[in-house]
Formats: sequence, C-alpha cells, structure tokens
Amino acid sequence: MIPSFLSDRKALLEGTTTLLALVQRSLDAIDATNDEVNALIDVYREESLSEAKRIQAKVDKGEAGPLAGAIFSIKDLFAHKNHRLQSASKILDTFTSVYDATVVERILAADGLILGRANQDEFGMGSSNEYSVYGPCKHPEDYQRVPGGSSGGSAASIAAGYCNLSLGSDTGGSVRQPAAFCGIVGLKPSYGRISRYGLAAYASSLDTVGCFGATVEDVAACIEVIAGQDVHDMTTLSTEVPSYLQELQDRDSTTKSLRFGINPSWFSEGLDPEIKHQIEWILDGLKEQGHEVKEIAMPAQSASLSTYYILATAEASSNLARYDGIHAGYRSAQSEGAKLEDVYTLSRSEGFGPEVKRRILLGTYVLSKGYYDAYYGKAQKVRRLIQREYEEAFQQVDAMILPTTPTTAFKAGEKVDDPLSMYLNDIYTLAANLSGITAMSVPIGRHSNGMPIGIQIQTPVSDELGCFQVGTLIENLSSKEKQ
Amino acid sequence: MSSDKEATIDHPDFEAVIGLEVHAQLQTKTKAFAAVESEYGEAPNTQLTPLCLGHPGTLPQVNEELIHYTVKMGLATGCDIAKRSIFARKNYFYPDLPKGYQISQYETPICFDGEIEITLPTYKKRIGLTRIHMEEDSGKSLHDQDPYHSLIDLNRAGSSLIEIVSEPDIRTPQEAYAYLTRIRQIVQYLDICDGNMEEGSLRCDANVSVRPRGQKAFGTRTELKNMNSFRNVEKAIQYEIDRQIALIQDGGEVMQETLLWDPNAMTTRSMRSKEEAHDYRYFPEPDLPPIVLDEAWLHSVKIALPELPDVRRARFIEQYSLGIDDAMTLTDQRALADYFESLVEASGDAKASSAMVLSNVLRVLNERGWSIEQFPLTSSELAQIIALKRDGKVNSSAQTTLFMELVNRAANSALDPTSKAKGVNIEDLAKELDLIQVSDDSEIEPFVDQVIAQHPEEVARYKEGKTALMGFFMGQVMKVSRGQANPELAQSLLRKKLD
Repeated sequence: MIPSFLSDRKALLEGTTTLLALVQRSLDAIDATNDEVNALIDVYREESLSEAKRIQAKVDKGEAGPLAGAIFSIKDLFAHKNHRLQSASKILDTFTSVYDATVVERILAADGLILGRANQDEFGMGSSNEYSVYGPCKHPEDYQRVPGGSSGGSAASIAAGYCNLSLGSDTGGSVRQPAAFCGIVGLKPSYGRISRYGLAAYASSLDTVGCFGATVEDVAACIEVIAGQDVHDMTTLSTEVPSYLQELQDRDSTTKSLRFGINPSWFSEGLDPEIKHQIEWILDGLKEQGHEVKEIAMPAQSASLSTYYILATAEASSNLARYDGIHAGYRSAQSEGAKLEDVYTLSRSEGFGPEVKRRILLGTYVLSKGYYDAYYGKAQKVRRLIQREYEEAFQQVDAMILPTTPTTAFKAGEKVDDPLSMYLNDIYTLAANLSGITAMSVPIGRHSNGMPIGIQIQTPVSDELGCFQVGTLIENLSSKEKQ
Repeated sequence: MSSDKEATIDHPDFEAVIGLEVHAQLQTKTKAFAAVESEYGEAPNTQLTPLCLGHPGTLPQVNEELIHYTVKMGLATGCDIAKRSIFARKNYFYPDLPKGYQISQYETPICFDGEIEITLPTYKKRIGLTRIHMEEDSGKSLHDQDPYHSLIDLNRAGSSLIEIVSEPDIRTPQEAYAYLTRIRQIVQYLDICDGNMEEGSLRCDANVSVRPRGQKAFGTRTELKNMNSFRNVEKAIQYEIDRQIALIQDGGEVMQETLLWDPNAMTTRSMRSKEEAHDYRYFPEPDLPPIVLDEAWLHSVKIALPELPDVRRARFIEQYSLGIDDAMTLTDQRALADYFESLVEASGDAKASSAMVLSNVLRVLNERGWSIEQFPLTSSELAQIIALKRDGKVNSSAQTTLFMELVNRAANSALDPTSKAKGVNIEDLAKELDLIQVSDDSEIEPFVDQVIAQHPEEVARYKEGKTALMGFFMGQVMKVSRGQANPELAQSLLRKKLD
C-alpha cells in the first residue's frame, strides 16, 4: 500500500498516529528493501527523529503547518543547507550545500519533514535511473525493471513506502515518466510556477520542480505550499497560487462539462496497445460523464525530440561548465602540478558519467560558431511553433489527454547502451517542457505484464488547478474500474 | 566622422585605425546579479554569495541599478536605447570565472549608435560608439602571491560592468588617450564609475591596424590587452603601430592575434593567435527575462541626468566670465567643478575663487598627488581666506602663506587625530603668523619715510623722471614692513612724498 500524505496527516491531526510512528514506518520500510531498491542514497535518521518530535509538539499544540505529516524524499539536486548535494555525479563528490533551495525552505517552514536524498540519473539526464554514481535505482515491484528517470529514486521511494511525498525535477519528463512507471501521481508544473532557486540546473529554460504523491490531492497539497513567485528566481510567474485543496473540494460538487483534446498521432505507431486501450477506456468514461473529447492535430509536436535535444543539451553544456575541478566538487588526483587545461580535462573526464558527457558534447557542438543558426537558432523557432500549437489547442479545449510513456517500465540494461531508444521513451513528455505548460501523470491501472500504466493530462500555463481537477476525475474513473 | 582638422601621425605613408573597448566598473551598491556588496580592497573572498561561487542551484537576479547606470551612460553619449534587450551567456573556462560563463549581452546591447567628442590641442573630433552593453565582472587571478600556486579572489566576481565599444574612428595614440580621458570624465560626471584605471575600475583593450594612406580597406588588426594606465594605452598603441609599419615595410605580414602589453619592458608579447581564439558559444541567458524599458522611465532618467562637462564648461564661461582654458581645467573633473562652485557660493567672488583654485589648490593637488576629494580644506575655509584679502587684511603673498599653513595643518591633523588644527579661526591664525597687513596710514608712514631716507640716490633719479623706480620703493617698503604694509596705501603714500 502506497502511503498517502493526506491520509497520514488526517490520522496525525486526529491523534490516531504520531509523526514519530510515521517516521518509524518509513525507516522500517527503508530497512526492509532500500538496500535492493536503492531509491534513497542518504537517510537522515537522527535528524528525522528529532524533527518528528519538534513537529509533533506543534501538532499537539494545534499549531501544525500545512505540511505536518508529510515525509519527503528530495532528489539529489536540491540545495539543502548542511546536507550533501551530488546530482548522483562523481563530479560533486563531497559537496555540501551552504544554503536552502526555495522549495526546501518552504517545505521546512510548513513543517514538512525531509527524510533523505533520492537517487536519480546524473544531473537529471536519463530515463531509467541507471546513470547514477550510486548505482541504479530499481523498480520497487520488480527489481529486474527500472523505476524510470531521471527522478527514479523519488518515484520509487514513494512506491516502496519510504515516504509520502517527494520532490523531483522535470526537464523533459523526469517526473511524469517515473510516476507512470511506479504507479503514482507526478506533476510537472508550468514553467516558472515553482522557484528553481536551489535546483542544480540541467537545462534552465526547461527545468521545473515537480512533485510526486500517492494521489492528486496529495500532490496538490504540496504544490500549494511550494509554488509561487520567488525573488531569487526571476523566471518565476507572478500569478497568484490558488488554494488548490479548497478549490478542488468546492468544484467537486459543481463539475461542469469539460472539453478534452487528443492529438491522433499520439495514438499511432510506437504506443503499447494495452496503454492505448486503457487511455481510450478513460476517454470513454469521460464522455459518458458528459465531457467532450475532440481531435486536435498538432503537427509541430513531431519535432519535439530533436528540438529538445538541441536546446536542452546546449543549455546543459553551459550549466555544467561550473563543475571544472577548480571550484567546488571533484578534482582529478592527477591534477597536482598539471597544466590548467589538463586539470579541466582530467577532472571532467573522470567526474562525469557517459550520458552527461554525451549531452555536453552535443550541446557544445550545437552552440559552436557556424552551427548556431542551423541548430540552436532553428530549434528556438520550432519551440515557438510548438508553444503556439498548444496556445491554439487550449483555445478549443480545457485539457489535452495523452499517454505518459509509450511502454510500461522496461527491463534494466535494455536501453542503457542505446541512447536514441532511451530518448524515445520521453516522446510524449518533451513538448510540455518546450511549451512551458502544466502536465501531470496519473496512474490508470495495470498492464498484463503487471506494471502500472500512466495517463498524461496537460493544461495551460498556470492552470495547475485545471490539471488537478481532471486528475481527480480520472482517479475516480480508474478506481471504479478496480471495483 | 567629421573633424576640424585631421591629425597627422609620424608616419607619412601609413595611417593607423584604432578601436577601443573600454570596461567601466559601475559603482552599484550591490553586484550585477547578486545582492552582495563589492568594494575595492576588501580582504580576498569576503564579499561572496553562493552565486559568486557558482554553487549548484544558484540563479542570477538583475540589479536595477545596473540597468539605470548603463542607460545613463547611453543617454550621455547620444546612444539609442533598446526598449527590449536580453542578456546572453559568454562561455569560457577560467579559474576566476566560477560559473564557466559570463553573463553579458551579445546581439541586443542595451545602448547603441552613440558618439563622443574628443578635444585635441589643434582640433576636435567625434568618435562613434558602436554599443554599450552590460555584463558581470570576473574574479581576480593572483599569480605573484605564492611561489607554487595561483590564487583566486572572487570578491570582484559578478560586479557590475559596462563595455563601451568604439567604432574604428580613432587614428592616433593621442586620440585614443583623449577618448579615454573623455570617457573617464563622463562616467565621473554621471557618478557611475570612479574612473580609476590603476585600480581596474576602468580598463581598456585596443584593436589596432595600419593601412597605407588613401587605402579604404582595413589592415589586419591585433588586439592589445593589459594596459593599466592612460599613458600605457598611448604608449602601447604607439608601439604597436610602429611594430606593424616596420613589419609591413620589411615585407612581412601582420598576424591577427591578441597581444599583452608589458609596461616594464615597454613591449608587447603574444597571448594567443587567431587559431587559438575562443569560441564563446554565446546564447540567450535562460535564467533572466528580457529587459523591457518603458518610455516614461527612460524620460525620467533623461531629465535626471546631471549637467555634462560640455554644458557646464559653457555655463562657467558665461556665468563666471572665465576664459575657455580656465573653464576647461575647472570642469575637467566633476568633483573639482563642484568644489569651485561651492567656493564661489561661499565667497561670492567668482574671479577670486577661480584664481584660488587654479593657482593654489591645483598646485597642492599636483605636488601631493591628491585628488580633490582628498584636499583637506573646505570651501568655506578657503572663502575666509579670500575674504581676508578682499577686505585688505592680507595681501596676495600673505594669502598664499596662510593657505599653505592651513593645508599643512589640516594634513598633519589628518595624521594626528588629537590635533585641534581644524576649527581654528583663520583671521586669528593670520594674526598669529603676522600676516595681517597694516592698513593704517600712520603705521605705514614710518616705513615709507625710512625707505626714502635710506635711498637718497634712487629718490633723486626718480625725481629726474625714472618713475619705474616706484616698484623698487614698493619692494623696500614691503621688506621693512615684513610684508605687512597694505600695498595700495604704501604706494599712495610714496607718491604723495615723492611726486
């Protein structure tokens, strides 16, 4: 049973459990399986127990913050003062953060408890959590399979019962894809909705802070606290953050008829037939409830993959330049007495893993003199086309519905040596990052192979509320099927 | 570009084409993209935030003062101001650049198409400005502090900087010098940069090429770096022009390269060739939104611009009846012009004030190497000295003596905080020093009588018509009165007795 934050919080506030008991439940689960699953790479045991006492005291006095009862894991690329931050990379060996990310600060201020650091693909680059200096994270239900990536450890830590909420980052699907693989909810908010301050950058114009939970409402409760403008991140949106939980409850009784859009090409080649069938079943359910489903062609989306891998790698080549062996982090043992250029070359060659190197090289190439216009310049233009397609689509519908992934969780080692087939796993998720819209994966049952299936909901920029609302509709439909 | 009269440089067959890139460090209270102060001369690595260190997860925030100051510079130099411009990343690896990229501007500078007028001894000329853009400074690498390691001070990393790029309109090292001093003057008037080249708040790189006179096409250029004073810029450019001409005349070819000026050896050495030049891989800075300026704000900056040197000079000539040279000297630096005007206000006498500043104050500044900010006397103190002379209480030589005494006392008291030299009554001091002149006929008359009695021969010659001897008698009266006799009274008494 996957622990739910809001159920745990209810029990905590009603006095039927204590935070200490919840933390102990987490630690027991970790002790039972984390050696194998490898979802958490650092567990703050002592700190969690003392924090649990502190927060429990507030609960007892009736002063508990909105995240009291939440037990978080956070992806290894968030700055958490006096805690390690390594982005699952050798190059940040021994690095400890001296400040808190805005999201960490907001979680702590709301009485959320951070239990540990979650495994991931190095610097958020990967779709299987196999590219990690800590070794691969495994799917909690089937150790032969991957949990997805890059925020694989975050998703697995909830699916394995180690915590009830988790922070990840989503640059091209890194929250939605592992959420789908692990059978939980994962939100990629609109670009700029949640401060990136304190999130180790991969591709700045695409990076978003995402959240995992057992239910849509769990995730909404977390986003309500961590979203909103931040002076430390000039790309954050100034639009106000609604009280999502309240709004969801208020709207439940008066749900109006919604318009859903599907892009037919999303359902053609490459999509697992069972996933396709499951999504169609949901769409039928929605129609039965009086909602409208219409087809919208979005041809520019076919260029998402190439556009993404030009823009993301270009930005990555610049963002990762700071890991140079001179400042914080790893320096090659052969650096002593070496020439400056060799210090860079040795430290970076030894410090970065294969996928990160691949993307730095690709990104450096597309920004080079003489190639900029052909690659980066053109990709920027295509990105605007994709954005415009979404803007036009959302003139006609309230949300787009599509698969999160073309397949369910695949076997470990299956794609690790075939970058292109790994990249293709993100085919449905990339466009949301390129256009900055809201997107969320919600579990909708299981494949005949036993693995969970996720559906993706996309709503306009700043319409997280709409996404949550559709998410709860689909959650209800999906649970009806189970009965 | 128009000019009253083109300069001729030493060489009859070649002319140089020079463009300057000037970096000015802005005196914004905090760094360009981080809320931390940056002062010159603080202990190394004490003015830092995680951003200055390039820590993972940090993000830049634009300092609004950076935009404001840059726009001021743009408006003061006749630039067009971009209503929308973006920041870009300039990517390169160097230990004093912790992020591995510098936030700068590339395709859309905030200011462009301006010009600066320079004044040389025999002509004036306008130098076009291609652009002025904003960027952040790097840290400092220190290679001479430790025998085995290079050390890095990141205090300066992320400080506010503008780069002012000229058109290739400059033709001589003297024009380059004039251009630089003009830039310094403008940034000082705008109060956006202290203009100190030695401390690195103003830095200059030069692109230099030569071509046969009459040829339109540019020659191959070299870039000169590491010129850390105004005079070094002039010397390095002259050296490079001579080198290129000699090379071409020997049948050689100028290579496109970056050269470092060595001020001790007075030569340049190659830093990197064209092949080794960086590919900076500029791209739009994704962490910062575009800078969008609205018309109303631009207008408010425009009307708040301080009076610029040219305008002030013209006003000085008009309002204070100054000669053009004196007006130029007084307006050269904003702080000096401010001091002069406060002295005029305190003394009510523009003529005496300009004489006081031009002869006495500037001489002291030159002798002691002080800036006007370091000059220890207030304008109201100087106004009192002027008043003593105007009231006939001291003569001009006594005035100078009194001035120097006050300067010395103030300078000493600055060294010795227990001294009470400040706050002394200036007239009392003049009395104490026996500098008050005698302005009473009955007191001067004995001196006059004494001089006439002692010099019968000269008296006789004077009476024969050698009236030029009046100067001699005056000198003698001043001598026997130890300089205290009021010269006007003394002269009229002498006339009365001799004529």
